[in-house]
Amino acid sequence: MSETQVAAKPLPVVGFLKIPESGDAYLEGYRCENCGEVFLADHPSCAACRKRGTLKAYRLSNKGKLYNFTVVHRNFPGVEVPFISAIVDLEGGGTLKGNLVDIVPSPEALKFDMPVDVVFRDAGRKDREGNSYLSYFFTPAKA
Amino acid sequence: MTEVYVVGTDMIKFGRFPDRTVPELGAQAALMALDDAGLTIDDMQALYCGNLGEAGAMVGQRVLREIGQTGIPVVNCANACATGATAFREGWAAIKAGIYDVVLAVGVEQMGRGLLGGGGGGAGIPTEGLLGSGTMPAVFAHVGMEHTRNYGTTFEQFAKVSVKNHHHSTLNPKAMYQIETPLQEVMGAEMISYPNTKLMCSVNVDGSAAAVLASESAAKRLGLMGRAVRVRASAMTSDPYTPRNTVMPDFNAVTRMAAKAAYEMAGVGPEDVNLVELHDCFATAEIVHYENLGLCADGEGGRLIDTGETALGGRVPVNVSGGLLSKGHPLGATGIANIYEITTHLRGEAGARQVEGARIGLTHVVGMGSACAIHVLEKP
Repeated sequence: MSETQVAAKPLPVVGFLKIPESGDAYLEGYRCENCGEVFLADHPSCAACRKRGTLKAYRLSNKGKLYNFTVVHRNFPGVEVPFISAIVDLEGGGTLKGNLVDIVPSPEALKFDMPVDVVFRDAGRKDREGNSYLSYFFTPAKA
Repeated sequence: MTEVYVVGTDMIKFGRFPDRTVPELGAQAALMALDDAGLTIDDMQALYCGNLGEAGAMVGQRVLREIGQTGIPVVNCANACATGATAFREGWAAIKAGIYDVVLAVGVEQMGRGLLGGGGGGAGIPTEGLLGSGTMPAVFAHVGMEHTRNYGTTFEQFAKVSVKNHHHSTLNPKAMYQIETPLQEVMGAEMISYPNTKLMCSVNVDGSAAAVLASESAAKRLGLMGRAVRVRASAMTSDPYTPRNTVMPDFNAVTRMAAKAAYEMAGVGPEDVNLVELHDCFATAEIVHYENLGLCADGEGGRLIDTGETALGGRVPVNVSGGLLSKGHPLGATGIANIYEITTHLRGEAGARQVEGARIGLTHVVGMGSACAIHVLEKP
């Protein structure tokens, strides 16, 4: 039996989070060149306009607005609560779900459409092999 | 094409039956529905069985091992929370097509307790609570918060849905719970995912429901037209593309599309509907579906719950059975339990919770992923 190798660098938490050899991590979207809709993965046809072969990869913006939120108080064992589950519309297209951090997890502290930044941090969780993961989070936008 | 009628239907009292099997529960409802019709399994030409938890395990055939292996074709259906309605609709479609003229539809589920949903698993690390939440209470909290964003709907208005449906269930002996829950108790219950408190989440229960469907000629031949209820429309949709659908399931567009198709097929409008059983998997969902089903104008959902128009005695009572919130939500059984409830009212047999003078009723379920099924039923 071979020893499992722990990756030297953190792994991306999802496929659309890209960690280049040099430079900053970023999120990759696919935009339809026909209708302009944005997806988080490549597909043979655009789900919106049905055209084939029109999705092209591009770098998603790190800025967006809080479209929707809920403060989660009950979750599975081991998941730290409360946390904010946030849905963010990115500048230039694309919508993401993620945790909104660096703000009090209370509905009173949150406003629809408040500007947020996408930031990249350690996920705080490791897989069975001991690999670390880089995740994305939302934070209130820096002025 | 022939008209299709529900000629027999029943459901077991929903509850928790850990010592019984899925086929046993399904068989119980099947026999009750056959008894309601005064027919036997030998009269059935096909079985449509809805179940999610054992979707790979031939539940319909195992139901027949309990009640009679007659050799009829069995179709096993899995379609998230639209599973039971899908089984019913498949039976309806086969009769419409003229393939059979008497069929049985059964929905059955045994549920665990606790949270459903949650993101991640498989390769890598679990993403639940890291990339937001995929638990059902959170997903439907987002649904409610979108309504809040658009129309200012309040926590209190969402909570009133639970007060109403829990009240309704006190009149339904087949509901899991028959307990009044005053507004303060609903709002003060453990917060699960804002604005859904524990009493605003549907109950995970075991349950089963069944319906016997027949063509018009069969219903007449069998002498069953007296209590038959006509299926005026059966509509089903998958989720059409909407911009945020990839991260935030859109239960609105899929329901609106199905509602439009159902009203067109039935030749009636929402103003003609006397009662509705809709998919109140969470209190937040009921308010958005008022609008999706055309029971009120967009933005009026909060007002509808405030004015009591959807309570028993109101203009269009919604979830008089207690709904998923209080009757319980055994996923595969729910769609057919809704058919049972509406049929019972249209027959004038709903006892203390009877919607007086009900002529047309509507059932609605929507499963995440997504599948929406709507049926419009009419008193004979």
